[in-house]
This record gives sequence, structure tokens and C-alpha cells, in this order.
Amino acid sequence: MHPQAEDRPRPQSLSDLFISFTLLALQGFGGVLAIVQHELVEKKRWMTREEFVEEWAVAQIMPGPNVVNLALMIGGRYFGLPGAMTALAGMLTVPLVIVLLLTFLYAQYADHAQLAGALRGMGAVAAGLITAAGLKLLSTLKTNPLGLPVCIGFTSASFAAIALLRWPLAYVLPVLGVFACILTYRKLKP
Amino acid sequence: MQWGDWLQLFIQYLSLSLLSIGGAITTAPEMHRYLVDEHHWLTDPQFNASIAIAQAAPGPNILFVALMGWHVGLNTGSVAMGLFGVLVTMFGIMLPSTTLTYLAAQWGHRNRSLRAVRAFKQGMAPIVIALLIATGWVLTSAHNNPAKDWRLWLLTAIAALVIWRTRLHLLWMLGAGALLGWFGLV
Repeated sequence: MHPQAEDRPRPQSLSDLFISFTLLALQGFGGVLAIVQHELVEKKRWMTREEFVEEWAVAQIMPGPNVVNLALMIGGRYFGLPGAMTALAGMLTVPLVIVLLLTFLYAQYADHAQLAGALRGMGAVAAGLITAAGLKLLSTLKTNPLGLPVCIGFTSASFAAIALLRWPLAYVLPVLGVFACILTYRKLKP
Repeated sequence: MQWGDWLQLFIQYLSLSLLSIGGAITTAPEMHRYLVDEHHWLTDPQFNASIAIAQAAPGPNILFVALMGWHVGLNTGSVAMGLFGVLVTMFGIMLPSTTLTYLAAQWGHRNRSLRAVRAFKQGMAPIVIALLIATGWVLTSAHNNPAKDWRLWLLTAIAALVIWRTRLHLLWMLGAGALLGWFGLV
């Protein structure tokens, strides 16, 4: 923790942590990251923007859902392992109940042509949203140490292997990943 | 499904957890290959509904994994198995990644300027991005009847373009998709 941490707002207890992350998750339709940043940095002031960016970088590096990783790390900072588990539970428990209820309702009305149509339409949009997230991130490759042409080569090869050839991720990711990381390591200055 | 199948499913999700760099959604094509194509534990509509409902509902999108487990269990015949499926897939997908993240968080924080840490993060970037785009592709190509599905493909392409190029809130696009589908226009 930073030395000035005592002067700053922080979660008061495990239940404060649980409720905070539950409310945060319930506001996150589609883009949870924007909500997390707004709530924890601007409103609650548990962390500065700089700290947020640092934590987010680590949450992204690690496997697993980024926002859930971030919750885990913040909870862990304040209350150790119990805090990490509490933040995680807050993020997942109530939203899980909600999606199960929605799915249950959907199953009751699955034969309802209009509802099935609505979900079909939302599914098509959801596919577009995920694609858009990838397209948005393409611009970050401009500053990648590998250089844009090499990056596009890796992106195209990964896309072809997974989307067109339907090869298992367990082979594609390690092979291309190790190759890309070694190339990047050589490009970076020691 | 036998208990051995459930164990296999659990192990599959444990390994997917470690591969889910950039978010669990990047492993969705692999889940599709495993659950729908290889084992037929899940139908294509159920697979797509799992992702669509989790995206439309509040909360982290990782819950699509819980819904896949729910459907796999439900297909074996009971609500109780559905809940069991939720536990199997969610513990599978969460356990390795959260353990690793918890242990690595402090180390990563202290060593964030280390060359190897930066090489890993930046080297994975082009691949992680490709996985996101591939996920959209796999979801769309599940509808493979051009005469009937071209409007759906068009909607996906428009949604991707609008969200990519504008600041429009995702909810508006999801709402528009729901309306178009409700009135049978896609």
C-alpha cells in the first residue's frame, strides 16, 4: 500500500467490499470497465487514476476475465485473501442469479417466435460488439515494439487458425504466443 | 453424461482458464468446438443464447460460461444437474486464473518494468486481438444459410462498425437488435 493510504477513503469492511462490487457489477451492461473506473476512482476514490492503470495492466496480463481479476486484486490489497474472495463473490453472485433467472424465463418462452427473434437479433449484435472490441484494439498495435506489419501477420495467422481452420486454441495460442513473445523480447531494450 | 464426462468437462475448463488471456470470451471458439462440434453436449442455439443473455444482462460477461454449464446440465434432464453444470464450469474457469492472478498480482506490480513482463504483455497483443475478432466470426457463421441469414450477418457487421467507429452505448445496439428480431426483420 502507498503511505498516504490511511488518509484516503477505503472499503470499511468485507461487507462494504461485497456490496460495492455487487452494485458495480449490476451497472455494467456490456462495458464493465468504464463503470469500474468511474466508481472506484472518481466516486469512491479508493485508488488514483495512476494506480488504476497499473492494476489494470496486470489484470489484463493474467488469464481470466479482466474485470474479475481487477476486483480480486483490489479486494486482496485491502483485506488479503478474504478480501479477494469477497470482491470476487460480490462481482459474481447476484449477476449469476439474474442471468439464471433470465435464462429460465427464456426457456419457458423459447417457442415464443417474437422472443426467439429478439434473442436472435441480440445475438447478432453481441457478435458485432465482440468484433468491435477487437477492431478498436487494433489501433494499439501501432505502438507495439514488433511493428505494425509483423503484428498484422500474427493477427491474421491467429484469426485464420481459429476462425477459418477451427484449430484448437490449446495448440494455436502456445505456438504463436511463444513465438510472438520471444520476438518482442528481442525487440525491447534491456 | 457420465461422471467421467463431467470430469472431462471440468478439466477442459481448467485448461481454458489458463488460456483465457484477454478475457474468457477469447476462448469461446474453443468452447464451441469442444461442446457443440465434438461432444454435442450443447446445441448451436443454446451456445449463442448463453453468450447473448450474458451480454445483455448486467454483470461480467464471464457468466456466459455459467450459462453453458447450465445448458449442458439441463440437457441431461434436470434443473439440479443444470445447477451442477454451473458449478463445474464456473469453478473450472475461475480456479486456475484467480489463483494465478492473486499470486502474481504483487509480483507483477513490483516488476512491471521488467523486460520479460513487457515482452509478454506486448507480444500477446496481436494474438489476443485476433481471438476477439475470431469470436465474432464463429458466432456469426453458426448461422450458415445465406438466403435466410444474410440480414443477420449484415446486422452483425453494422453493429461492429457502429461500436467500433462511434461512442454509442452498447445497450442501444443490443436494444435495436432485439427490436429488429422481435418484429422478424432479421
